Amino acid sequence: SNWPCKPTPTVRKQNKGDDSPQKKIHYSDNEIKTTKYTLLSFLPKNLFEQFHRFANVYFVFIALLNFVPVCNAFQPQLALAPVVFILSVTAIKDLWEDYRRHRSDKEINHMDCLVYSRYKHQYMERFWKEARVGDFIRLRCNEILPADVLLLSSSDPDRLVHIETATLDGETNLKQRRVVCSFLDLDCDFDPSKYNSVIECEKPNNDLARFRGYITHRSGRRDGLYKDNLLLRGCTIRNTEECVGIVIYAGHETKAMLNNNGPRYKRSKLEKQMNVDVGWCVIILLVMCLFSAIGHGLWMYQYGDKRPVFDVLSPEGAELSPVLSAIYLFLTMIIVFQVLIPVSLFVSIEIVKICQVYFIHQDQDLYDEETDSHLQCRALNITEDLGQMQYIFSDKTGTLTENKMVFRRCTVAGVEYSHDANGETILSQMTFKRFHSQSLSQLPSDLTDIIDFFIALTICNTVVVSSPNQPRQKVGTDSGPRWKIGTEGSPVLRKLRQVVGSGRSRLTGESWLTGGSGRSWLTGGSGRSWLTGGSWLTGGSGCSGCSMQTGSSGCSMQTEPGALEEGELRYEAESPDEAALVYAARAYKCSLVGRLPDQVTVELPDLGKLSFELLHTLGFDSTRKRMSVVVRHPLTDQITVYTKGADSVIMDLITLPSTDDSKGKRQRKILYKTQNYLNLYAADGLRTLCIAKKVMTKEEYAVWLRHHLEAETAIQGREELLFQSALRLEINLHLLGATGVEDRLQDGVPETIASLRKAGLQIWVLTGDKQETAINIAYACKLLEPDDEIITLNADSQVRSSHSTLTLRSFQKDYAPAYSFPPPPPSPSSSQTQSFLVHRLGLVIDGRTLAYALDSSLDEKFLQVARSCRSVLCCRSTPLQKSMVVKLVRNKLKVMTLAIGDGANDVSMIQVADVGVGISGQEGMQAVMASDFALPRFRNLQKLLLVHGHWCYSRLANMILYFFYKNAMFVALIFWYQFYCGFSGSAMIDQWYLIFFNLMFSAFPQLITGTLDKDVSSETLQELPQLYMNGQNSEEYKPYMFWMTMIDAFYQSLVCFFIPYFAYADSDVDLLTWGTPITTLALFTILIHLGLETKTWTWMNWVSITFSVGLFFTVALCYNASCPTCYSPSNPYWTMQRLLREPLFYLLCVITPVAALLPRLVRGRCVSVYESENVWDVHVCSRPHSEMLNTTGVVDLTVKC
Amino acid sequence: MMASNYNAKEEDGHQPAAIGHGGAGTVKNKKPDNTAFKQQRLPAWQPILTAGTVLPAFFVIGLIFIPIGIGLFVTSNNIKELEIDYTGGDMSSPCYNCSQSYSWNSTKPCTCSVPFSLDQPFESNVFMYYGLSNFYQNHRRYVKSRDDSQLNGDKASLKSPSKECEPYRTSDEKPIAPCGAIANSLFNDTLELYYIDPNGSRTAIPLVKKGIAWWTDKHVKFRNPGGNDNLTVVFQGTSKPVNWRKSVYELDPSDPDNNGFINEDFIVWMRTAALPTFRKLYRIIHKKPNMTPTLPLGQYILEVTYNYPVRSFEGRKRMILSTISWMGGKNPFLGIAYITVGSVCFFLGIVLLIIHHKYGNRNHSADIPS
Repeated sequence: SNWPCKPTPTVRKQNKGDDSPQKKIHYSDNEIKTTKYTLLSFLPKNLFEQFHRFANVYFVFIALLNFVPVCNAFQPQLALAPVVFILSVTAIKDLWEDYRRHRSDKEINHMDCLVYSRYKHQYMERFWKEARVGDFIRLRCNEILPADVLLLSSSDPDRLVHIETATLDGETNLKQRRVVCSFLDLDCDFDPSKYNSVIECEKPNNDLARFRGYITHRSGRRDGLYKDNLLLRGCTIRNTEECVGIVIYAGHETKAMLNNNGPRYKRSKLEKQMNVDVGWCVIILLVMCLFSAIGHGLWMYQYGDKRPVFDVLSPEGAELSPVLSAIYLFLTMIIVFQVLIPVSLFVSIEIVKICQVYFIHQDQDLYDEETDSHLQCRALNITEDLGQMQYIFSDKTGTLTENKMVFRRCTVAGVEYSHDANGETILSQMTFKRFHSQSLSQLPSDLTDIIDFFIALTICNTVVVSSPNQPRQKVGTDSGPRWKIGTEGSPVLRKLRQVVGSGRSRLTGESWLTGGSGRSWLTGGSGRSWLTGGSWLTGGSGCSGCSMQTGSSGCSMQTEPGALEEGELRYEAESPDEAALVYAARAYKCSLVGRLPDQVTVELPDLGKLSFELLHTLGFDSTRKRMSVVVRHPLTDQITVYTKGADSVIMDLITLPSTDDSKGKRQRKILYKTQNYLNLYAADGLRTLCIAKKVMTKEEYAVWLRHHLEAETAIQGREELLFQSALRLEINLHLLGATGVEDRLQDGVPETIASLRKAGLQIWVLTGDKQETAINIAYACKLLEPDDEIITLNADSQVRSSHSTLTLRSFQKDYAPAYSFPPPPPSPSSSQTQSFLVHRLGLVIDGRTLAYALDSSLDEKFLQVARSCRSVLCCRSTPLQKSMVVKLVRNKLKVMTLAIGDGANDVSMIQVADVGVGISGQEGMQAVMASDFALPRFRNLQKLLLVHGHWCYSRLANMILYFFYKNAMFVALIFWYQFYCGFSGSAMIDQWYLIFFNLMFSAFPQLITGTLDKDVSSETLQELPQLYMNGQNSEEYKPYMFWMTMIDAFYQSLVCFFIPYFAYADSDVDLLTWGTPITTLALFTILIHLGLETKTWTWMNWVSITFSVGLFFTVALCYNASCPTCYSPSNPYWTMQRLLREPLFYLLCVITPVAALLPRLVRGRCVSVYESENVWDVHVCSRPHSEMLNTTGVVDLTVKC
Repeated sequence: MMASNYNAKEEDGHQPAAIGHGGAGTVKNKKPDNTAFKQQRLPAWQPILTAGTVLPAFFVIGLIFIPIGIGLFVTSNNIKELEIDYTGGDMSSPCYNCSQSYSWNSTKPCTCSVPFSLDQPFESNVFMYYGLSNFYQNHRRYVKSRDDSQLNGDKASLKSPSKECEPYRTSDEKPIAPCGAIANSLFNDTLELYYIDPNGSRTAIPLVKKGIAWWTDKHVKFRNPGGNDNLTVVFQGTSKPVNWRKSVYELDPSDPDNNGFINEDFIVWMRTAALPTFRKLYRIIHKKPNMTPTLPLGQYILEVTYNYPVRSFEGRKRMILSTISWMGGKNPFLGIAYITVGSVCFFLGIVLLIIHHKYGNRNHSADIPS
């Protein structure tokens, strides 16, 4: 009995006990198939796709034209050869790719999972592909979800399941998913056979953050289903021993698969330019054909009625009129000259790009030992774009920084302590020793502050404790055998109580006990607004603790490598900052050992475990910029509030004793010192947080609690009321200290940025982070220099924004009257001043202002301002804004853009940019999936762009030009011949040579050069990033270069044609005996030309050139010896053999290439002189005196010092 | 010991492979191999075109090419060549009448004699060519208009020639042998050479008509169907090309080895010329065994049986007598070309030397501070 399913148009429905089982609807099964072809459909489908490429259609058209009798120039079968060859090479490539997809599909489809069998009433091992919608699936820890599953049961006492969603959204912190509300109260194991409900939910869609539906039980009770109940395919179960769920979406309907769009086809800038020139080639071809056709018509016309014997009549014996002849000839010429359109160019480029991708992939410098990951090239056809980038848009967190928060320094009670990352706990040892050695009577206030400080670090957060690689034990529960906590049992604790108690009596008013003045407190859980809507949320403080953790957070947290060694505890934090603080506190032996919704357990040295009764958690929000916990202190039994938040807000909430006595003075001093340290921290690029506390009296608390409960239970405006309630609580704080957490920059980021900047790249940082942090990081990674002038744009309305932009412009005009916007004019002196100016300006803009700036009325101004700044920082920007900025710059400035990021929030920007780069390090796969290249580290960008980008660009650019040259040169030979054969479309080059010249004889050397040639060595490219500008300005392939190449090609072909022409003029030479030397000469000239273009000669170049020449002679000799009667219409029998005996042939082979390449050699020499001067200039340039720079007349690179 | 071993391996360029095989405990990782090929560090020769390398190259090219050119030029000049235009377009020309009256359809042979004199004797073997101008034997449709199988002696093709031969494929319902436009337009003038002794008597100069075609053409490519005997029988049922006076088996009835498809005049004609002005080997005058020159200086008469019309395309007909050298016939072009290219290289070398001298000084001074 299958599970009958009954979907309605908008709703999917799953029903176990459906009354009409025959109404079966087929849901897609869980088998996935990402292949494009099947065995049968491959040929037609692949051909169909290939014919989408215009060039292929063109070549097929040419080949078919050969079958038209009036214009067949070649043997029709032979004419098909190149097209068939090209198509089959592409088809084989496609087939191979598809086969790889097929294999990975098969692997995934055959993974195992436990599916409940209704016959055997137990879970059976099944393949993934066998899971169906409606199946119950049991999953264990660390298993990957095979489909989208609705969670029905969990072994976790809280009915939670932790999942890692890294493969989907790239966030590595664990997410909690909870059992569907109706099954929450199941005490015993979930029994699928008793399940008897109907699930209705929305149709499959690709929105990862949305799931809605409801479940209707037999009883008629109906419960909502939320995204928190859904486990998505591809996620991994963590920290949970076992769970059971029902498959909702399977196979291609899962959200993961719907999100998988497959690779995109991008066309590189170079390729676009090339296509333009291919268009020119077509025009040249048509002109040549037309010229020949008219020539032929005129040639026919001059004979008039006197038909000469060599003007053969049409097959029917009819005389052809000159006009008709000319029309036929036009078609013939298209066939004869077809080589001008480089048929093999497209295939060769693809081959070269694959090789380039291979080499990039193999580069050891782009490999990261730590994560064992390579660079991945996900887009195969835009490698050369890497060499032409002009703007880089970078994410901050996780891209420039490690996204590993490290506790760096703290200040407690005005004393600064620095923290060694290696966990050297000097501070704590010292402190706690003092705590023990000194008599309690002298327990100083700063010491109590320190203890409070650490307790605050430990408990004022939402961090969950878990043990690594094990199902989550309910750490902290009394049943937990390892973490037995006896609040009363510990003798140490009892002693401390006495101590503190006695201390209190003696040190009244001191900081342990110092609390705020009387204020009313309220109680209740503080859920985030979006959570409270969930129907499962039963309300009450019981749930509030955990509900906090489900709060979505863009940050993730990575366990510190060192942290795991000392303890088995692992902290799962919402944000990395929190985790960093908890780990830091643990390093000082103040460790969080358990967190329950209503209780936090802390282990202190010598005191053992202290359990704080957790009364309230007032979560972090971006308006308050702080969070608080309200606990009952186990030692003093006082209601204590610990607050942690941004320094800017906390400092304002600190109340100083109004008295002017020593205590007040001391507090003021502490405040002053702390503020100083905070400024220092910020300057160091640390993320700062202030820690404060207050002690409440029972009465104050009661008052507050009452209001708070009111707020919690309010129906309307609850969020606002809760917010107000929090504000009421967080006043009159006592400052404990401040922390400085470092979001450590990745290795080599400042160097990379400096080097990329030298390479002429504009670097913009687009971050969702707050302005202060962004600026700090920008300083840390040398994006901003301390002496930079920083323009900050913060506006509340469009008017103001516009105004500020205008002021900015006028400011600039005042400041730098010489400034002009279209940068940099070629004259070195003005670019000098300009770069000096650009150097000084940095623009910081926040998200809200950005929204106005991106408005169409202001974007021009914004861009004008932005491009004149050396660095631009966009803070608090949404993913959409990020992509809009990239789009704006890309479209308005017409520049090549690269976006680099690591998180899901960077995806849109990565997709919009010309080249999207994902960092595959921390935040997982989302960005990588969208990217064209995935790097392990930001610093790899340097080599990727400066070296590989440059190489790929210069190699391909040169190869494309060479291709145009080669084909034009070869075809022009035939064109010149038309003047000597009555424009009859005759060719002295044998049809075989004509067709295979491109495909075989001259193909390999250029592939080798196109793949391996290095115009500048890797070291030089990295030392002199200025060389990158070569690619930015498209120096290797400018539009005029196509025409230069064409002119060169025509010149060379003239030489190759006319030297043999005059050498054989008025002799008894026959058509092919004359044409074969020309073919040979052309081959030699073309190969030597390539040789001149090749900058580095490896053995492969030698082999390929030798092979080409050898292949030509071998083929020619075999072909000329093979058949005395075949190969109509031409028959070159024994031609090559005879030629090889003639000295004249060798004499021609020596002189013609020399004569043909002489201009190029001379020009090449001159250019190389200039180029060496350029490199030298760049060297000189790094030193202050650049006197020589301006004297060099021909400088290809615009060098900015 | 282990550690030092490990380090040693790390030092050399191929360590990942070595460790991968040797160390049992090493984890297999995705680290790319550190081979010169994969890291694009193949040893490479970088021909940096500096003044130091390019200048000598120019001079060397110049120094090699100029002597070769001089040699070629001298060789070419040593070749003796005589060209006689007998088209007869000119009123004063002896063949004027023939050229005016003649067309493909005329049946009466027209002959004319062209006297000429040799200023110097021709010493070695003399090659006698006929030359045509403005004759586009390389016209595309013309070139294709032949059937190689038929010419190779294939009997099936003899009876049913290839479509390529159209419209010279059949005549009077009979297949044409040899078919096609090339064969149809066979050059059919007859040239004879007489030496006028100083005493006034005419001595016919022996013209050898064999050995003028390529060996491979004569023996491989062209064959008579069914061997060389009884050509009349073999070619029965075929028709002669429309422009021909006689059938293919009557081309040289005296010599069965030079008749039919393997007639060397025919074979030579069938090898289509590359350019519209061409010559084709007609006869060879072998060097006499004694020391007398092959063609002594003096008066000669060229007897022409004028059959071939060229007026329709304003062609010219020539008779050429030439000796040949190792590099072929007389053609000073290649020698001149070598001399020119060599001189240009040499000149460029000098110019670049001067430029380099100037710029080099500047570079020098700039290099000093670094």
